[in-house]
Amino acid sequence: MSGLNIIVTVKQVPDTHNISGDAMKEDGTVNRAVLPAIMNPEDLNALEEALKIKDLLGGKITVITMGPPKAVQVLKECLFRGADDVILISDRRFAGADTLATSYALKCAIEKIGGYQLIFCGRQAIDGDTAQVGPQIAEKLGINQLSGIMSVKNVDTSSITVCRQTEYGQQIVRSNFPVLITVTGDANEPRFPSVKKVMAYKDTGRLENEESYDEAYIESENKKIASIKEWNVDDIGADVARCGLGGSPTKVKHIEKVVLTTSGINHIQGSDAGISELIAELKNEHIIG
Amino acid sequence: MNSNNFFHDNQDIGFHLKNMDLSRIVELKEDNFSDYKTHDYAPVDLPDTIDNYKQVLSIVGDICGNHIAPRATDVDLEGATFKDGEVHYAKGTSEAIDVLTKSELMGMTLPRKYGGLNLPKIVYSMAIEMISRADASLMNLVGLQDIADTICKFGSEEQKERLLPDFAKGKLSGAMDLTEPDAGSDLQAIMIKASMEKDGNWYLNGVKRFITNGCADVHLVLARSEEGSSDGRGLSLFIYERDKNMKIRRIEHKLGIHGSPTCELQFNKAPCELLGRRKMGLIRYTMSLMNGARLGIGAQSLGIAEAAYREAKNYAEARSQFKRPIRQFSAVYEMLTDMKVNIEAGRSLLYETSRIVDIKEGLEERIEKYPERKSDLRDELSRYSKLAGLYTPLVKAFNSEMGNRVCNDAIQIHGGVGFTTEFNVERHFRDQRITNIYEGTTQMQVVAGAGGVIKGTVFERLNEYESTHNFEKIESIFRRAKKLRGDLEMAIGHIKQKDDSIFSEFHARRIVEMATDTIISYLLCIDAIKDERKEKVCTIFVGKAEGRVKQHMDYILSDDLSIVENHTEIIDT
Repeated sequence: MSGLNIIVTVKQVPDTHNISGDAMKEDGTVNRAVLPAIMNPEDLNALEEALKIKDLLGGKITVITMGPPKAVQVLKECLFRGADDVILISDRRFAGADTLATSYALKCAIEKIGGYQLIFCGRQAIDGDTAQVGPQIAEKLGINQLSGIMSVKNVDTSSITVCRQTEYGQQIVRSNFPVLITVTGDANEPRFPSVKKVMAYKDTGRLENEESYDEAYIESENKKIASIKEWNVDDIGADVARCGLGGSPTKVKHIEKVVLTTSGINHIQGSDAGISELIAELKNEHIIG
Repeated sequence: MNSNNFFHDNQDIGFHLKNMDLSRIVELKEDNFSDYKTHDYAPVDLPDTIDNYKQVLSIVGDICGNHIAPRATDVDLEGATFKDGEVHYAKGTSEAIDVLTKSELMGMTLPRKYGGLNLPKIVYSMAIEMISRADASLMNLVGLQDIADTICKFGSEEQKERLLPDFAKGKLSGAMDLTEPDAGSDLQAIMIKASMEKDGNWYLNGVKRFITNGCADVHLVLARSEEGSSDGRGLSLFIYERDKNMKIRRIEHKLGIHGSPTCELQFNKAPCELLGRRKMGLIRYTMSLMNGARLGIGAQSLGIAEAAYREAKNYAEARSQFKRPIRQFSAVYEMLTDMKVNIEAGRSLLYETSRIVDIKEGLEERIEKYPERKSDLRDELSRYSKLAGLYTPLVKAFNSEMGNRVCNDAIQIHGGVGFTTEFNVERHFRDQRITNIYEGTTQMQVVAGAGGVIKGTVFERLNEYESTHNFEKIESIFRRAKKLRGDLEMAIGHIKQKDDSIFSEFHARRIVEMATDTIISYLLCIDAIKDERKEKVCTIFVGKAEGRVKQHMDYILSDDLSIVENHTEIIDT
């Protein structure tokens, strides 16, 4: 075997880090129309870990995303940084999926790809912040999972050792392959795009007629990818009942707009007594301790 | 998303990219877009090429704003260090080179067949400006891509295939070894010896000083190959690949550009190979190499000025005195306006020069590739060679002097805090100070440029500007620019009439500055045709240029030679 086969899952999200005035709708949901769509930041960290391993051991990186057609943009971002193959999982029947239905669809796609040793996911997305999809994919595939990793300590052709952040400290864990790993923003500094790959892939778009292009696509290892592969519910052999809104038991009952306000200012004396008072209050409010 | 993009936040670079006609340069550079068949990143037509340029600049701007600039203070503090005979870059410097390498930006101007991006100088200048704005010292290392360019132009096919792909991959770094303890501005005095031994190979013996990145893998060494010669015709250029026969003796402790190691090198029978032909080292290859480097310094000084200007503007908005932000006081807003106007002036001159160099080099490549077309292209090449020889020293001199003034004023606007290390402006000021010294001092640029001014090359170009643009829309300001031309003509006429080499040498700097002010006024008029804001920029520049040009002209016409006659007495007593 030469190198590892690595799958990375990514998501296009609204840029919630740059919220402006009209970013929230009246009902408290995100107004996706006014926020720029970006690649989820921790997914970039996931991709970076995959790229580092490929730099070290060689291999192939396949990136998948589930989303509307415009999500090809995040797949292109992955091509720009060195992904070998990208697939858009897109179908109206996937719409409205919660984490259960999403992880089911991604699991079906991953099974179709097959032959992988490693799966990297971002720990969580900045829109939903659930951190559930990665672990659920591993669960459904019945493979090991290492969630919330801060760094990869060592990797060879049969196992990987990582450092996990837990609530109580850090764990060093080793797992054999296959394994799914979710990556935190602390793990690395994602690389910038390669200018040559940007020039090569900037015009890559969606495929209108998938079948006729499939062969050309497979052969195009060293050539420009003319268009991005797209799979629907049937392509990945998914059970429609388990996809999209219908396959999602999570129902949003109520959304509330929380506005954080200050309710007065306490002045603390710069003395031992004042500081003790501050510490007592912070403990009392469960902010520390 | 990364927000501090040095390309997208610079409206003036955007203005030029939008308005400049790149078709001739792209035509020469891409030669029917034939690379597309062999390289997946090659463009297919003109719009695709220009889009590629923008994509590259956008990534460079992203890296500069979000990776390089935040590390620049630490790089300045840590600096390059020297320990146990080896140079070590600052942490931030190594990281930046790694990021640029991963993004495949280390062979920007090399042809694609060697793994380069085949970018024209005009795009390279834009990239170098942004890198210098982020960290001036990093530019010195990134800008050494000129070494690879020189090998590409003059090396043998074997040398090119052996070295250039690794330059483009960022695996090899370069240095140009020209200066010696007793040969600075006067490179004809070079002493280091290259001798051919019985084995038929060349070996270097001697010392080089002030060598930027002297720890590099590949050096171009200017050395005396002709035993018994004493001038520039006895010098050849050699490729030296680092081995144990070259010792780094020390690195300099400098006022600025701390991230860039400046080395003293001792060559002890170090094996090397000839680049190109013997005896052409200084006359042809070093001149070409230096002209490339001078254009680079034109971009570097502009980038540092841009950084200092932005610091000054932000500070002038944030700092209140007498219950008002200080930028509301005329003494401050005049400084800010002058800084901005001169930066834009320098940018117009830089891009015009880059364009000229691109056409010149494009024609040279064309002739080399299709020798049968030589007679068609020869006249145009000769014209652009002359123009490149004139404009390159002008932009190097103007931008570096202007950049120093801008950094000086940027500290002035900060007041006392600008003198402390708490603020970035003192770093920009220190980094900027070298730009009018190295790659030839301003005084040497004047020597290089004065000939072209006096012989009239400058007027040939001004005639072209006049005949290829319609200045009706901005007639009143263009008339004032033409008046500057009239003053320059009168001053040159007076110098020619004198026919006295002491007189013309004494006024050389004044003549060159008058010519530069006139050229820039024309270039800003051309910009003004396209944009109303630029008309205002042009008016402010020309208004101040008029005063400078008149002062120089009056002094020249006065025939006052008292400095020439009395300098000894004044200085000594």
